[in-house]
Amino acid sequence: MFSFAGFLDLPLIWYGLIITAMFLYVILDGFDLGVGILFPFAPSERCRDRMMNSIAPFWDGNETWLVLGGGGLFAAFPLAYAIVMPALYIPVIFMLLGLVFRGVAFEFRFKASGKSRKIWDYAFHFGSLVAAFMQGMILGGFVQGIAVDGRSFAGGPFDWLSAFSVMTGLALICGYALLGSTWLIMKTQDETQDWARKSAAYVLAFVTVFMGLVSLSMPFLNEDIKNLWFSLPNFYMLSPLPLFSAAAVVLLWRDLQTQREYRPFLLSLGIFLLNYIGLGISLWPWLVPFEITIWQAAAAPESQSLLLIGTVIMLPLVLAYTFYCYYVFRGKASHEATY
Amino acid sequence: MIQYLDPVVLARIQFAFTVSFHIIFPAFTIGLASWLAVVEWRWLKTGQKVYEEIYRMWVKIFAVTFGMGVVSGVVMSYQFGTNWSVFSDKVGNVIGPLLGYEVLTAFFLEASFLGIMLFGWNRVSPKMHFASTIIVAFGTLLSSFWILAASSWMHTPQGFRVGESGLLYPTDWLMVIFNPSFPYRFVHMVTAAYLTTAFVVGGIGAFYLWRKQHLRHARVMFGMAMIMAVFAAPFQPVMGDLHGLNTLKHQPAKVAAMEGLWETQRGAPLKLFGWPDQTQERTKYAIQIPKLSSLILTHELEGEVKGLKEWPRDERPPVAWVFWSFRIMVGMGLLMVTTGVIAAVLFLRKRLFDSRWFQIWCMALTPSGFIAVLTGWFVTEIGRQPYIVYELLQTSEAVSPVVGPNIAVSLLAFIATYTFVFGAGSYYILHLIAKGPDATSKAYGDHGIKTPPLVTTIGAKSGGGKDV
Repeated sequence: MFSFAGFLDLPLIWYGLIITAMFLYVILDGFDLGVGILFPFAPSERCRDRMMNSIAPFWDGNETWLVLGGGGLFAAFPLAYAIVMPALYIPVIFMLLGLVFRGVAFEFRFKASGKSRKIWDYAFHFGSLVAAFMQGMILGGFVQGIAVDGRSFAGGPFDWLSAFSVMTGLALICGYALLGSTWLIMKTQDETQDWARKSAAYVLAFVTVFMGLVSLSMPFLNEDIKNLWFSLPNFYMLSPLPLFSAAAVVLLWRDLQTQREYRPFLLSLGIFLLNYIGLGISLWPWLVPFEITIWQAAAAPESQSLLLIGTVIMLPLVLAYTFYCYYVFRGKASHEATY
Repeated sequence: MIQYLDPVVLARIQFAFTVSFHIIFPAFTIGLASWLAVVEWRWLKTGQKVYEEIYRMWVKIFAVTFGMGVVSGVVMSYQFGTNWSVFSDKVGNVIGPLLGYEVLTAFFLEASFLGIMLFGWNRVSPKMHFASTIIVAFGTLLSSFWILAASSWMHTPQGFRVGESGLLYPTDWLMVIFNPSFPYRFVHMVTAAYLTTAFVVGGIGAFYLWRKQHLRHARVMFGMAMIMAVFAAPFQPVMGDLHGLNTLKHQPAKVAAMEGLWETQRGAPLKLFGWPDQTQERTKYAIQIPKLSSLILTHELEGEVKGLKEWPRDERPPVAWVFWSFRIMVGMGLLMVTTGVIAAVLFLRKRLFDSRWFQIWCMALTPSGFIAVLTGWFVTEIGRQPYIVYELLQTSEAVSPVVGPNIAVSLLAFIATYTFVFGAGSYYILHLIAKGPDATSKAYGDHGIKTPPLVTTIGAKSGGGKDV
C-alpha cells in the first residue's frame, strides 16, 4: 500500500483542501442563496426573472461544493464527520430540506404558470433563507465547541442552539444577501441593478454590525481564542485582518454610491475571505473545536493518499471547467426574459 | 410514547425512505442522458428536425428529474454522518475515498455541463453542445461506478484489515473497488437504468401513437425503446442470474431468503409463491416446482442449497421482504423480456407501430423499470441485514448517538417535503408529456423562455468594469 505520509503532512494538506472547498462553497452558493434571500423584495416580476436567470446555469455546480465538503470530510476526516454531523443534526437536516425546496424551484418555476408559480417563488426564497440561517447556526454551533466522549458526540440534541449561534445564523443571512446583491449589480442592469445597489448598501450596514458583534463575542467563547488575539505580539500580527476588513467595507460603501459593477462583488468576496481566515486562525488546530485536532481526526494515511492523487488531478480540471461555464454564461442576464 | 421511538428503526426507515426516493431519479437520468446523446447525434448527423424536437422535449424532463436527483442526493451525502456516524467512523478509511472520487470525477462534471446542456444552446457551438450532453451522460455512468463500488463493498468487503478500536484500514485499493460483487452489481444496475428509461420513453411513445398525436416523434421514441426491449431486456435475466450465483457464493443467507428456503436440502424446489413466516420458520402456502431451485442455483438437479436454519435466528434477514421483492423484480424483468419478444414478432409482421393492444401494454409498463429497480435494491439491501457491512458490522451498532424524537421529527419532515416537492415534480413532468414535442418553440432547452436566459452584452461595451 502506498502512502505519502513519510514525506507529506497529509492531515495538514487535507485540512487546507477541505477549508478551501468549504470557502468556495460559501462564496459560490453564497451569492445564489443571497439572490434567493433578496428574491421577494425585488421591485417587479421581470426583475425576479432576471435574478433567477442570472444564477440558473450555476446553482447546481455551486451546490456540488457542499457535497465535496461533506464527502471530503467523510473521506479525509471520518472521525470529525462522525462527531460533527450528529452534534448538528437538526440544523444540518433543515439546511438540507431548505436546499431541496430552493433547488427544485429553479426547474419548477420555469414550468409553472399563474398562481402555482408563486409557490415556487416562495419555495425559492424560504428555502434559501432557511438554508442560509441553518448554515450560520451550524457555524455558530461548531465554533462554540462540541461535547465529545471517546470517538462520538456526547452532548444533547440542542447543544448547538444559543444566542451566539442565532446571531451567526442572522449574520450569514446578511452576508449572503450582500454577496447576492453585489452579484446582481454585476450581472444585471437598469431597474434590477439600481435596486440591487440600494439593497447592497442596506445589507452592508447589517453585515458591518454583525461582523463587529461576532468578532467581539468570539474571544469570550474560549480562553485560547482570547489569548490568541489579545496577546502580544499576536495582536499586531493579526491586526491586518480587521483593518483590511474595515477598509473593504468602506471601499464597498463608496463603490455603491458610484456606477461600478464588478468591484462591489469582488470586495464582498474579500470581506468573506478575511473573515474566513480570521475564523480559521481562531479555530486552529481544532477540527472538532476544543476536542479533536486535525491530526487526531485524520483518516488512515493510505486513504488520504489515494484521494490526494485524484484531487491533484481532478481539482484543477474541475476549476477549469467551472471557470469555462462562468465564461460561457458571461454578460448580463436578459432583460427580455418573458414567458 | 417517546421511549418507543427506537433510534435504530427510525434511522433505518429514514435512510430507506430517502435513498429509495433518490434512486428513482438517477435510475431514470442515467439512461435518459445516454439516450439524449444518441438523439442529439442522430440530429447532428441527419439534420432532421424530428430529433431536435424530441431532444427539446426530453431535455426539459431530464432537467426536472436531474434537479430532483441532485437535491435528494445532497441529502444522501450527509445521511451517513447524521444517522450512521459509527459506520462512518469505522469504515470511513475504506469507503470515504470512493465517495470522494465520485464527487471529484462525476458530480462536478455533471453539474457544470448540465448548465451548458440546458442553457448553452445559443452560446456554444452545436458540437460543444453535443459534447456537453455526452459529458453529462458519461458523468452519470462514472457516478454509478463509484457509488456501486462503495455499496458492493458493503456486501462483499475485502482489501482491508481491522485495526485498533475496531476501525478498518485499507490494505489493497483494487481489491476494495473491484470487490467480488461489484462487476455484477454495476452491470446489472446500469442495464436496469437503461431499461427503465427505455420503458418510460417507450410508454410515452406508445401513448402518443395510441392518441394518434405527434406521430413522427412517437415512432422514433417507440422504435428506439423497442430496440432496447428486444436486445437489452433479455440480457438482464442472464446478468441477474450471474449476480445471483455471486450472491450465493458470498451471501448465501440472502439467497435462502430470496428462495424462502428454511431447511438445507438437495434437490430444493423453486417456490413460485408463498408466505414466508419468520417466527414459524417455514414458508406457508407455497406453490413450488420440484428441484428447480437446485438446478438454477447449482446447475444440478440434486445440488445442495443452504436453508435459513443454517444461521441463528438473529442473523437472518427479514425473509418476507426479500422473498416478495425478489418476485416482483423478476416479474417485471419477465414482462420486459416478453415485451421485447412481442415487439420483435410485430416488427417482422410489420405491425409494430399500429397494434393498439400492444400500445396499451407498453403504456402499462411505463413504470416497470422503477418498480424493478426499487424492489431489486430491497432484495439486496434488506437481504444483507442484520449487517450494514456484511459479517463485519451490524446495522444496530452503526447508528448515530441521536435521540429517537429527533430522527422521528426529521423523518416526518423528509416525508412531507419529498411528497410535496416530488409530487409537484411528477406533475410538471406529466404536464410536459401532455404538451408533447412542441415544434413551435424557438430555442430548445430554454425552459419556455423565448430568448436565451443570458444575453451577451459584454462584448458590446468597452471593458466590463467601466461605468455605464
